Amino acid sequence: MEKFTTHTGIGVPLRQSNVDTDQIIPAVYLKRITRTGFEDALFAAWRKDPAFILNQAPFNAGSVLVAGPDFGTGSSREHAVWALKDYGFKTVLSSRFADIFRGNSGKQGLLAAEVAQDDIELIWKELENAPGTEVTVDLVSKTVQCGNIVAPFEIDDYTRWRLLEGLDDIGLTLQHEEDITAYEATRPSFKPKTLPARLS
Amino acid sequence: MAKTLAEKVWDAHVVRKGDGEGANAQPDLLFIDLHLVHEVTSPQAFEGLRLAGRKLRRPDLTIATEDHNTPTLDIDKPIADLTSRTQIQTLRNNCQEFGVRLHSLGDAEQGIVHVVGPQLGLTQPGMTVVCGDSHTSTHGAFGALAMGIGTSEVEHVMATQTLSLKPFKTMAINVEGTLRPGVSAKDIILAVIAKIGTGGGQGYVLEYRGSAIRALSMEARMTICNMSIEAGARAGLVAPDQTTYDYMYGRPHAPEGDEWDAAVEYWNTLSTDDGAAFDVEVDLDTDTLEPFVTWGTNPGQGVSLSAKVPSPDDFGDENAKAAAERALQYMGLEAGTPMKDIRVDTVFLGSCTNSRMEDLRAAADIVRGRTKDPAVRMLVVPGSARVRLEAEAEGLDKVFKDFGAEWRFAGCSMCLGMNPDQLEEGERCASTSNRNFEGRQGKGGRTHLVSPVVAAATAVRGTLSSPSDLDPVPESAAVRVDAA
Repeated sequence: MEKFTTHTGIGVPLRQSNVDTDQIIPAVYLKRITRTGFEDALFAAWRKDPAFILNQAPFNAGSVLVAGPDFGTGSSREHAVWALKDYGFKTVLSSRFADIFRGNSGKQGLLAAEVAQDDIELIWKELENAPGTEVTVDLVSKTVQCGNIVAPFEIDDYTRWRLLEGLDDIGLTLQHEEDITAYEATRPSFKPKTLPARLS
Repeated sequence: MAKTLAEKVWDAHVVRKGDGEGANAQPDLLFIDLHLVHEVTSPQAFEGLRLAGRKLRRPDLTIATEDHNTPTLDIDKPIADLTSRTQIQTLRNNCQEFGVRLHSLGDAEQGIVHVVGPQLGLTQPGMTVVCGDSHTSTHGAFGALAMGIGTSEVEHVMATQTLSLKPFKTMAINVEGTLRPGVSAKDIILAVIAKIGTGGGQGYVLEYRGSAIRALSMEARMTICNMSIEAGARAGLVAPDQTTYDYMYGRPHAPEGDEWDAAVEYWNTLSTDDGAAFDVEVDLDTDTLEPFVTWGTNPGQGVSLSAKVPSPDDFGDENAKAAAERALQYMGLEAGTPMKDIRVDTVFLGSCTNSRMEDLRAAADIVRGRTKDPAVRMLVVPGSARVRLEAEAEGLDKVFKDFGAEWRFAGCSMCLGMNPDQLEEGERCASTSNRNFEGRQGKGGRTHLVSPVVAAATAVRGTLSSPSDLDPVPESAAVRVDAA
């Protein structure tokens, strides 16, 4: 995974709560078997509307999405994170993220920064008053800056550390393979196995 | 120390305690007892293993089926949609290469992954269950800690049979009382979500408790746990009891003989200790609960079926008000319209929420001997090929077909429209599924989430209806279900 320390880019105000993963990427795009190439799928239904924010310059060149509360609710599809990244977003700010979306972001190097809704409102106003304003998201100091607004954000320590170091999760876990093997030896024999298959 | 059920299951699976405090404090590493796999969220994970030269650690704790993309008609022919066909073929190739058991289209055990696991007896109390699908919370009905994961985590579980998990908080959902006629598990969970909101459960594991939950069957408990994610919770569970054991006994992968006795002895320890504290408790009284229905575009936007479409002005919070305005516009609804005046085009009975035998039986009891509103299309999609076979053995297929509904093959179908079963632009649907998001059932489609009996009654009248609106009132809707 690529390291993330700080990012500065055009902020995109998305004044909407409950942006669910079906909006971020509709199910029809999930048939692909690749991990990349989802930029056309991002907000596919909404982008058909010329008034949608990503259809307006300079927001179409944005890389910091500033969304309403409960971003990423619904499905577990990591495709939502891939689509945001493929479009060019490096970070999403919201006062509340759905748990699975937040987890998926952390695995893929997309920074999901939890910013208080009051600060989100201030940033929205700033971005709407001066379109093209850049937002800086600093993972080291856990702050976000937009014009004169400087606000703290929350992220769990472990995800922050992995993002800062760009570490691969599976590699980290496999360092503890002996612990896994030891645990496996203690599992009760009544726990089910899928193999050999037993059928009705 | 007194523990909640969720904490007990968690503690029993810790492979490695987290490193405690500090900037790089690692969370607990938990062992995963069962990994369910389907075609949509797995191809990139298998590819990741391949690229890294890693093995799938425990094929014997992994099982795959085809559900999201599969057609519900003409399953004997090659899948017409080429991308869907490729994705399914990719799963087949991957399962063969990595030694994973797969139930393919046409197999009696094929079906929605969350119907298949319990049906085979693979879902058991006290287990950790994961799947690249947010409705994995379904398996919590057995007292398992079950959660949806993304594709990176799917790959992680494939490679290590473990997951690093952030600690969660606990929320008790105390559901007390009896259910009125025509009210079911779906109404309970829709009411819970309307109460705590789509974000209310974020960071929590929910435990459903109380007399109303104890009185529910396993399939009804699955309906409730299934939609925990719609309240923002990654997992929701119910403590196992005799109802759980009776459901499991004799299933293909249930323990047998002495193993069964040992298992039951362990399962009996799986309840929240007296004196254990939940971080939050929420109460729901079912004595006054009515059939519930959503009016908007997130599952928290629901009301009693006898109520009216709310006005954005009913919401104090600015974000909720804006969301309501947008939802009404998308749904093509006027504030103040009685919910029961809303006409639908389609009725969908299916999905991992409501496609099991009890759901089909309850709906069949409503429509038996009646005729469908001619303007309404009704799809009945059993959750698995096994459910379909059992339903046919009981003659339910004939009941639905005589009524005028379409009897389809098993899969996720119109819940998310990845196969050809989709709504047309502007079409309105009463659906027993779990999400009413914009475009969820097809671009421009409008979804009202309902229970199986409300779906059935709606298909009779053509407008959102409760069984008690029918003439004559069906017997099954006239008897009060006693929770005692």
